[in-house]
Amino acid sequence: MREAQTVRIRIDKDRCVGAGMCALTAPSVFTQDDDGFSELIEGRDDGAGDPLVREAARACPVRAITVADA
Amino acid sequence: MTVTPPTPDTVAYPQDRTCPYHPPASYDPLRSARPLSRVSLFDGRTVWVVTGQSTARDLLVDPRLSTDRQNRAFPMPTERIASVRNRRIALLGVDDPEHNAQRRMLIPSFTLKRITALRPRIQETVDRLLDAMAEQGPPAELVSAFALPVPSMVICALLGVPYADHDFFEEQSRRLLRGPAVVDTEEARVQLDSYFGELIDRKRRDPGDGLLDELIRRGQGDGSVRAPDREELISLATVLLVAGHETTANMISLGTFTLLRHPDRLAELRSADALLPSAVEELLRFLSIADGILRVATEDIEVAGETILADDGVIFSTSILNRDGDTYTAPDSLDWHRPSRHHLAFGYGVHQCLGQNLARAEMEIALRSLFARFPGLRLAAPPEEIPFKPGDTIQGMLELPVTW
Repeated sequence: MREAQTVRIRIDKDRCVGAGMCALTAPSVFTQDDDGFSELIEGRDDGAGDPLVREAARACPVRAITVADA
Repeated sequence: MTVTPPTPDTVAYPQDRTCPYHPPASYDPLRSARPLSRVSLFDGRTVWVVTGQSTARDLLVDPRLSTDRQNRAFPMPTERIASVRNRRIALLGVDDPEHNAQRRMLIPSFTLKRITALRPRIQETVDRLLDAMAEQGPPAELVSAFALPVPSMVICALLGVPYADHDFFEEQSRRLLRGPAVVDTEEARVQLDSYFGELIDRKRRDPGDGLLDELIRRGQGDGSVRAPDREELISLATVLLVAGHETTANMISLGTFTLLRHPDRLAELRSADALLPSAVEELLRFLSIADGILRVATEDIEVAGETILADDGVIFSTSILNRDGDTYTAPDSLDWHRPSRHHLAFGYGVHQCLGQNLARAEMEIALRSLFARFPGLRLAAPPEEIPFKPGDTIQGMLELPVTW
């Protein structure tokens, strides 16, 4: 059986505009901090095998999220 | 500014829809000419129209496209919008870095967490309005009884604007967005400026707990955080109030009409509540009520084998982009089983709708509760006789007579 994919996620907070698309699309991995900026949920920074992580990166309106294979 | 005279076959933009939920058939030549084409505006000017979704995404994050309405080359879709071009419009009419500074003050109030916390309050508002409808009907006129008051009450509570003033600001908002005369738009602008100016002065003396109060408080601190001045506050308040109720009201009225015209789809939705978020997303794509995103090029841009020259006008037609045949299978059918998440109904780039998650919550709660409360809901007039909005403004129903 193939193991859940582990990825490396980077969020460019300077670019983030707080649209919340990442937290809406992959809520198990992304949230928003008190200022409204995208943030990884603690312990989920490897994507937690969630296939929606790449969808969330694609949904970001300012392309602030990059996902690379770990 | 490039002056390319329109050729006889240049499509005019914008045009009225013939069916309230489909783009006009006269846009068909634009839909097949992806990803870029040309349209002519009311003033005779020819501008670019972006019709392919992937090109639209690339251009909407391109800083060489400006949203500054005070740029003399900015494309104007109607005479009445041209008449108020000298006024700075917060958020949607300013570029970064000014736009970014404004947006950052507002983001904390529109996060998913904050919106989730608002849901019980939205539900109460919706239930109260449905109670009143049930008491007074059937029949009912759904725009005035439900579709407009839901988002209007919610945005008032969020901003700290007294809902008691709703007749006034709904009327001014209507004149601002729809005229019909140039003088309507100009006067509405003056009326809203003076209304918000007075409200802000009153709040300075007697603060409340809305977002406007929060923004005022920022300016009364030690100066360590950016705070809007009075003029900027007035513009922000106007944009947030108008954008916060007109758009969602149209999605509720037109969404209801569309579902009633698709009875099989509606039956499926009633039997599977879990489909509702996807249905809302698909309605956003399908209806694309805010059709024209406007920009002006500040430098030459090479894209898709063409050159957009500096000072060229560029329009992103969301109703065409969201039915791009390269992106969607059978784009003209309403189908929430498709992956419709990446639609451009809220725009894309740094200006993507700030209130989108509030809009989603309102639509979900309003549509679910309306159809649950009135299982026999149906149109109370022949569909082709029900009036809807002209093509030069946000799309939606002017009236929606229903019975149950």
